[in-house]
Amino acid sequence: MNPVNYLYLSALLFTIGAAGVLLRRNAIIVFMCVELMLNACNLAFVTFSRIHGNLDGQIIAFFTMVVAAAEVVVGLAIIVTIFRSRHSASVDDANLMKL
Amino acid sequence: MSNLAVTATSTGEAVQFWILATVAVGGALSTVLMKKAVHSALSLAATMIVLAVFYLAQGAYFLGIVQIVVYTGAIMMLFLFVLMLVGVTAADSLKETLKGQRWLAALCGLGFGVLLMAGIANASIGSFTGLGAANKHGNVEGLATLIFSKYVWAFEVTGALLITAAVGAMVLTHRERTERRASQREQAEARVREGKQVTPLPAPGVYARHNAVDIPGLLPDGSVAELSVNPTLRARGQMRDVSKEPTLRVAELEARAEEWLDRAPSRRPAASGEADAGSAEQSDADRHETEGAPR
Repeated sequence: MNPVNYLYLSALLFTIGAAGVLLRRNAIIVFMCVELMLNACNLAFVTFSRIHGNLDGQIIAFFTMVVAAAEVVVGLAIIVTIFRSRHSASVDDANLMKL
Repeated sequence: MSNLAVTATSTGEAVQFWILATVAVGGALSTVLMKKAVHSALSLAATMIVLAVFYLAQGAYFLGIVQIVVYTGAIMMLFLFVLMLVGVTAADSLKETLKGQRWLAALCGLGFGVLLMAGIANASIGSFTGLGAANKHGNVEGLATLIFSKYVWAFEVTGALLITAAVGAMVLTHRERTERRASQREQAEARVREGKQVTPLPAPGVYARHNAVDIPGLLPDGSVAELSVNPTLRARGQMRDVSKEPTLRVAELEARAEEWLDRAPSRRPAASGEADAGSAEQSDADRHETEGAPR
């Protein structure tokens, strides 16, 4: 098996995550799909690191994880705040600025 | 793994890849397709654990452990906390608000995936180097050397980012109290003024027989006291009504007593005289008689 299969898997997971963001309307599930996409990218980075034989890809994956952790904290805080004021976690209900 | 370029991994890794890749794709698909958000979260956690195994298999030992600790341990549990906070019952509405949006989204996803895969296939990566040389002094040591030399600026900025995120989350979820908190006396007066349910709520359970919280207490006339059960259970229809059970039981006892009396009518006065000395069946019949006597 060639490690390029990991890249195919990563592309597949990224695609599933992207489709989930488009398909689902529960804000928390949309957020989880974003996490899935970030994880797929990390897998690609780690595989590239192995293919090229240096650790830079792993460093980038590490930083992606840190940024994802920060993003989750802020994103979930926003979802909780919206839920408090509108009693709904659906992304369709947040349409106050729509014409 | 040697420093030289190789073209294939070990058979063990290939077997592991094909088995776990199936699990990962299944988990990702059920993350998207599951109706309940909790099931989605658990499927995503499974996918993340599989990815951690892949990192470990590819020589990224530090990232594999960090993936389990940070992603499945912290981030996914944070997701679950928020799901519980927001309410598991808040199900996703499956009604399409935009016509044809679902099909278009699926089509876009499919096209995007095809393009991505074609791009990777076009790159034609025949051989790979492997991390044998890079991991020679240990994976963690190698990463640390890079983080604290080449990427030290990014590392510093990451610290600022984490502080900002923590403060931002606190600011977003903090709620300033705009009016004075009502004192206990004021609350009591308001309750009397409203005139509904001034006394404490009735307790659930009946006859020292059922004390579960989903069984409503009975009013003196034998009807159900709805207020004695938690409103959430009432709304879900998970109230177990046992108000019919005593009457059914009395009827059953009556039937059994009739049968008993038919068989041995002469023992009836004796049995009622020494109630506690009789067998279980007898004392049951006695109780029925003492209950049934005034009717």
